[in-house]
Amino acid sequence: MAMDSLAATPARMARSEPSRWDRLRVNRNWLGLWFMVPAMAFLLLFLAYPLGLGIWMSMTDMRIGRGGTFIGIENYVYLLDDRDFLRATAFTLTYTFVASIFKFAIGLYLAILLNNNMPFKAIIRAIVLIPFIVPTVLSAVAFWWIFDTQFSIITWLLRKSGLIEPGYLINWLGDPFLAQCSVIFANIWRGIPFIAITLLAGLQTVSPSLYEAATLDGASNWQRFRYITYPLLTPIIAVVMTFSVLFTFTDFQLIWAMTRGGPVNATHLMATLSYQRGILGGRLGEGAAIATAMVPFLLAAIMVSWFGLQRRKWQQGEAND
Amino acid sequence: MTKLTRRSALKGGAGLLGAGALAGSGFTEFAKAWAQASPFRPEAGATLNLMRWRRFVVAEDEAFNRIVAAFSAATGVRINVTSESFDDMQPKASVAANTGTGPDMFWALYSTPHLFPQRCLDVSDVADYLGKKYGGWVPVAEAYGKLGDKWIAIPAAINGGYINYRISQIKAAGFNEVPQTNAGFLELCKALKAKNTPAGFPLGRASGDGNAYAYWLLWSHNAAQVDENSKVIIRSAETEAALNYAKALYDTFIQGTAAWNDASNNRLFLSGELSLTANGISIYAAANASADAKQKEIAADMDHAYWPIGPAGKPTEIQLCFPMVTMGYTKFPNACKAFTAFMLEAEQFNPWLEAAAGYLTHTLNAFDNNPVWTKDPKNRVFRDASKRSLVAGHRGKLDEKAATAMADFIVVDMFANFCTGRETAAGAMQLAERQLQRIYR
Repeated sequence: MAMDSLAATPARMARSEPSRWDRLRVNRNWLGLWFMVPAMAFLLLFLAYPLGLGIWMSMTDMRIGRGGTFIGIENYVYLLDDRDFLRATAFTLTYTFVASIFKFAIGLYLAILLNNNMPFKAIIRAIVLIPFIVPTVLSAVAFWWIFDTQFSIITWLLRKSGLIEPGYLINWLGDPFLAQCSVIFANIWRGIPFIAITLLAGLQTVSPSLYEAATLDGASNWQRFRYITYPLLTPIIAVVMTFSVLFTFTDFQLIWAMTRGGPVNATHLMATLSYQRGILGGRLGEGAAIATAMVPFLLAAIMVSWFGLQRRKWQQGEAND
Repeated sequence: MTKLTRRSALKGGAGLLGAGALAGSGFTEFAKAWAQASPFRPEAGATLNLMRWRRFVVAEDEAFNRIVAAFSAATGVRINVTSESFDDMQPKASVAANTGTGPDMFWALYSTPHLFPQRCLDVSDVADYLGKKYGGWVPVAEAYGKLGDKWIAIPAAINGGYINYRISQIKAAGFNEVPQTNAGFLELCKALKAKNTPAGFPLGRASGDGNAYAYWLLWSHNAAQVDENSKVIIRSAETEAALNYAKALYDTFIQGTAAWNDASNNRLFLSGELSLTANGISIYAAANASADAKQKEIAADMDHAYWPIGPAGKPTEIQLCFPMVTMGYTKFPNACKAFTAFMLEAEQFNPWLEAAAGYLTHTLNAFDNNPVWTKDPKNRVFRDASKRSLVAGHRGKLDEKAATAMADFIVVDMFANFCTGRETAAGAMQLAERQLQRIYR
């Protein structure tokens, strides 16, 4: 009997104090971790791995078709002294800045306009979306013709209307500065609908009663925009401008179809320069370094919009701005 | 690795139809007799995958497919042909060489086989067989095909690019033909400008025409990007002379040349806006084939001329080479060799050259007499493309570095930078030197 009870004691102890493994098995957090594994694997495989590989490649002298050896930050050191890269970086910033400002201003104006009651509202809204619907390459090819030195319709119109002498040509895509203006114009044209339609959606969520109350209080149009529309639209503006800046900064198709970075590399964005050097030139390492150099700029853009525009008191549920 | 795509399915179907139509015709008879007598015996049950550049002349592609069909009918070797654009050929071939899987054969561009010489099948026997039978290879073919004493590819053809001009417009400018010296050529361009019918050469992203123009400018002034030891020598008095000459030419050009791609000069020439440019035979071919009266008129009023000769005192042209590469990993090396030899036999190659209408130039001397060069005197200059051409890299080695410099438009950009006034001569040369040094380190 005594033997029995002695033998039984450890078993009882084990039952009363479960092992680590037993505790882990019923731990909800542990279970939750496993439920998250598929999502984490997905993120690692498709987001972190390519990004990490890109950064790794940027520190090698890898070429297409064969591996490279680790060379540290040599690619970056070279790029810092590379006039074409510095110009491409400067132009990418200009391109993003100028295009985003125009896109925002015109997009907001259109959104407010379309928010009013007017005849054929649905059709007009649909028409505004056209630049966004047309495939980029198609519209870029159209712009390529519009800005062709010899066949440009703009030059033709100016000539017909007598604003420039007959026989005078405007070297749209052949002159570095004009080419830069032309691609920025094309980007603005293409980017407006996205902003206009998204802001319009935001405008529709603003309760009309606020405007009614403001009107009764004698607020002017500007005051209603400044103190009702603008504050309520801020979160949408933050989101839409973040996306717009990111898309513009990483633009590729438009430039590639219109100028391929020419004339004399004047319209190279960082993305197109990266492709030119990495894929066409075959220097994958250098191409990856250019692409990686975009990341800090993109992170900065995200930080500005999220911390600058979005940290408003009303978001935390307080009434006052 | 048989990839069944819509294209290959269509091609396969077309190949079978072609083979059916050819059965009993002279083409297949010859192919059968050839297969009996040939020193290259394909392995039983061989199936080959061949990747070629995407054609620009439809008739050339059709002629190529007829050769493939005749070969299949005679030997039982099935060949799947796929095609890729110029820009995609080299990366695909490099990856195939790197991984050891992919098409058995590549009909590639420029110096592609020299990117991975140790992965190419030794085809010296094919080259010797063809060379002996057809009057020897032109020097540029040996440069592109051989590594040391070994042939690593068969340079099947060259694509020539030459001066295209409007006969009536240079007459109006006071010239009967295109002057064959750089100085005279500049005078012609000035006169054309004065008559308001300017010339134009691409200084933009035109991988074919732009590089052809830029390297001619550089080499005709006795300058080069590297010397025999791959030392970068772009910064030199000769290059500066080339830059100044290019600027003088640029000032006579039609507007917009800095934005040109490979298609721009074709378009402008065919619209009648451009009097003189450099291009393959495709402008003439397109104008000739067109049903439009205005295009026919341009075809009748245009002709071709060699690139002028500068201070270097000899032709300094760069022409596009199309080498046929067999990969070392192929399971059917003899079938690949047999096809390569078959393709270049006179019975196949002559009709093929004719179908290409001047787009392809032979690299075996015996084909000088092909009717395509005599039938139309306007095709004639293209006959000499393979004899007059220098090799990519010029004084330096023909290697991936030379290919990279070209793909990166380094020399084109050097001229464009100076001509458009974006850089001084010293600045443009320094920029190019820096980029070349990085490639040639």
